[in-house]
Amino acid sequence: MTYVDFTTVLPEVILALFAMLALLFGAFTSKDATTTLLTWVTAALFTGLAIWIGAAGSGEHMAFGGMFNDDPFARFAKVTILLSAAAVLVMSQDYLRRRNLARFEYPILIALSVVGMMMMVSAGDLMALYMGLELQSLALYVIASLRRDSPKSTEAGLKYFVLGSLSSGLFLYGASLTYGFAGTTLFSGILRSVANGVPLGLLFGLVFMLAGLAFKVSAAPFHMWTPDVYEGAPTPVTAIFATAPKVAAMALIARLVHDAFGSIPGDWGQVIAGLSVASMFIGAIGAIGQRDLKRLMAYSSIAHMGFALIGLAAATALGVQATMIYMAIYVTMNIGTFAFILSLERDGAPVTSIDSLNMFSKTAPLKALAVMVLFVSMAGLPPMLGFFAKFYVLKAAINADMTWLAIAGVLASVIGAFYYLRIVYVMYFGKETEGVGSRMVPVQWLMLMGSAVIMVAGIINLFGIDPIAAVAAEALVR
Amino acid sequence: MENLLSIITFLPLVAATILALFLRGDDAAAQRNAKWLALVATSATFILSLFLLAGFDPADTGMQFLEDYDWIVGLHYKMGVDGISVLFVLLTTFLMPITIAACWPVEVRVKEYMIAFLVLETLMIGVFTALDLVLFYLFFEAGLIPMFLIIGIWGGKERIYAAFKFFLYTFLGSVLMLVAMIVMYVQAGTTDMVALMQFDFAHETLGIGGFQIVGGLQTLLFLAFFASFAVKIPMWPVHTWLPDAHVQAPTAGSVILAAVMLKMGGYGLLRFSLPMFPVGAEVLGPLVLWMSVIAIVYTSLVALAQSDMKKLIAYSSVAHMGFVTMGIFAVNQQGVDGAIFQMLSHGFISGALFLIVGVIYDRMHTREIDAYGGLVNRMPVYALIFMFFTMANVGLPGTSGFVGEFLTLVGIFQVNTWVAAVATTGVILSAAYALWLYRRVVFGDLIKEALKTITDMTGRERAIFAPLVVMTLLLGVYPSLVTDLIGPSVGALVADYHTAPGVSDAAAQVTN
Repeated sequence: MTYVDFTTVLPEVILALFAMLALLFGAFTSKDATTTLLTWVTAALFTGLAIWIGAAGSGEHMAFGGMFNDDPFARFAKVTILLSAAAVLVMSQDYLRRRNLARFEYPILIALSVVGMMMMVSAGDLMALYMGLELQSLALYVIASLRRDSPKSTEAGLKYFVLGSLSSGLFLYGASLTYGFAGTTLFSGILRSVANGVPLGLLFGLVFMLAGLAFKVSAAPFHMWTPDVYEGAPTPVTAIFATAPKVAAMALIARLVHDAFGSIPGDWGQVIAGLSVASMFIGAIGAIGQRDLKRLMAYSSIAHMGFALIGLAAATALGVQATMIYMAIYVTMNIGTFAFILSLERDGAPVTSIDSLNMFSKTAPLKALAVMVLFVSMAGLPPMLGFFAKFYVLKAAINADMTWLAIAGVLASVIGAFYYLRIVYVMYFGKETEGVGSRMVPVQWLMLMGSAVIMVAGIINLFGIDPIAAVAAEALVR
Repeated sequence: MENLLSIITFLPLVAATILALFLRGDDAAAQRNAKWLALVATSATFILSLFLLAGFDPADTGMQFLEDYDWIVGLHYKMGVDGISVLFVLLTTFLMPITIAACWPVEVRVKEYMIAFLVLETLMIGVFTALDLVLFYLFFEAGLIPMFLIIGIWGGKERIYAAFKFFLYTFLGSVLMLVAMIVMYVQAGTTDMVALMQFDFAHETLGIGGFQIVGGLQTLLFLAFFASFAVKIPMWPVHTWLPDAHVQAPTAGSVILAAVMLKMGGYGLLRFSLPMFPVGAEVLGPLVLWMSVIAIVYTSLVALAQSDMKKLIAYSSVAHMGFVTMGIFAVNQQGVDGAIFQMLSHGFISGALFLIVGVIYDRMHTREIDAYGGLVNRMPVYALIFMFFTMANVGLPGTSGFVGEFLTLVGIFQVNTWVAAVATTGVILSAAYALWLYRRVVFGDLIKEALKTITDMTGRERAIFAPLVVMTLLLGVYPSLVTDLIGPSVGALVADYHTAPGVSDAAAQVTN
């Protein structure tokens, strides 16, 4: 019995052990000099685990009495998380080294937070869920203030920590209410208890938990921290924030609402639809006035989370499938964009203001083209892959008779198109001012071009993730 | 030639890719190479599209040259043409080499310019050949990006405002169409346009929030599609992006915009609105007719007051497209035949007019009418060609402009006499603004100092206009060339429309 339990959680165990051993290794050898080695090894381990989970995993298993699930849904999310974390790790290395931020704890903390994320998406119990959530968050709080001597970075870390704790508190309160009224913390138990009517307290618990989780995906109105933290944190850390944790938290919401409250979609569907509409519009409108690329990306991610939530609001298998595809495409776009932002510099100092991109297409036509493809894709314009991400969620919404949500979504996407196009405009026909350099190491170049090519080539068959996501969603929505 | 349509559609894209990947440098030689490659590619596309015409069987009202492959999400990669779309493909491929040739004086970022036009050609042809809802939307929307860049990078002083206005206006229109498309997908379970034309969407009266919507779902879907196409055509009152976009766009951009991109809207009405939502079209038809008439009269009056040549022609475009929508919503053989004919003819004439403005703009760098006068003294050939296209724009018998206007008016006269009467005044107004423009620019004494050294059209410029003149005359004196091709398909469309379930009831309800 125990043996089976441990084989189910083997990837998490391996990663956790690796993180601890790496910590010892780093501490007892030459400290920060080992960063490069550790980064590559961590990234390689992430990739290896992703391939292993993706290729070898099959069927549905439960471990520790239902606390931990290993099903196609969890595997889909885990592969996305691991691959995106690996990509962000390797592409930010050069940036960290040149700004003297290359500490050996960095890859280790990310490894730990990835363990947390993997735990989150597999959780079958409120306690396991919370454990994963906190492991993930704590590691991220620390790396948000990676640049200790910068007030902005420290502020970002502190802000993230305080507001993050608040949201954890909200979540815990909701979890305790749920426990009180359902009498169990197991998702399957909660599902059984809501089958015989939903007491008001349980509903309150559900709403509190959703509020706590909405903070983690930075869905409006719980998005306040996002722009400041994105701007203040060093860019590699921002890149992490924008990718893997978002996937994990989104998958977590999907799992919580379907596994524990799947029989009462009417109760949470409305809440999520509200979050979704608010996020789409606040993200789109808030981004218009931004002058800084990282803040812009923060609002962009708020808006994107709104779109991804449309799929969950639909409360169908198609909706979950749409959300997972959306997240996978979103992550790919963000990796490319952040690879680009990481490379921007003027006289050796990082630059993130939008104005600095003036006439970028003249100095670096190919990169400008790739960035244009990415931004157009984020705007959801055909023929880029970003359009299909939106197409999936809109279809899920309409299929679930929520046409109003789809209409709200497309209207928000028109507003959003303005600020994405503004970047294109600045790069292609902005003012002639002092330009910006883009010093790219090969791996960043590869990520930027790779994700741009995926955005275009993906329309042929989405690289086959469509059926995989369908299987994943089937596993969750019964 | 199994995949002839795909080859025609994607050949320009292949050329664009070759340009993007293999052409280095920005010196005179590289620029020349880029232009020649683009010209060769677009010409080759045109020659290939002639095979399409040769192999096309007008008597067959179904889709021809079909290609159908499975795609993602249950969508299909399905291409095909019928009598309604085949000539639009020809129009596009015919005009592209002319447009590229008109770009010859451009010296700024030539490679990118050529790439943008080649990509745009692929997307425009795709719009007319796609037979899958989402594939259509893909081509329809994607065309905005290259046009945004063409206006933005190579445009005039206010280009940024114009580019954004163009983009956001048309994008807002089309997203509602996207929602409607997904609703159709969910309702009918397919995105195959041929199947959707046979599918009867619900047309029972719906009550939403206290409103009784006659025609129900069909009316709503019609409205969503109409929002997109009306902006694209553009119809009054959503035409305001067009003058800005035209004035700021470079000459070649204006030509493509007026000659081909506006036609996507008209094509969309014929391909989607009439056959798929006949009840919706019947319910809202009278409204659309009056909007068309207002467009014809109002924008003609506005055109009279313009001081910028391009703006004047832009407003004239809106007026002429008003005849198109009027003909389409007459829904009879003459009306729809006339609408298609008018679109083709307008493609040649408005394209030529924008090129005519481009000729003197290249020399004087101004489009103000007041800056010119007496050009006939130094530019006789120019004056002749300008005269010819002015007359064609007015609708002089013997030019293609006459046939289109006449057919649409005949069509609408059988349906609504008042609309026909008001629209006819538009013909008079168009003569007023076009001839007045011609007099102010070409006739009179050459008194302006700057114009004293202006030179007449070069051989290249004459060569550009030659095919346009030939087509305008040919279609003017022998319109059967077009009507024989489109007739059977239009006949089937009209017959299907009038026999569709619910249409006669809706017609009765509307007249009451």
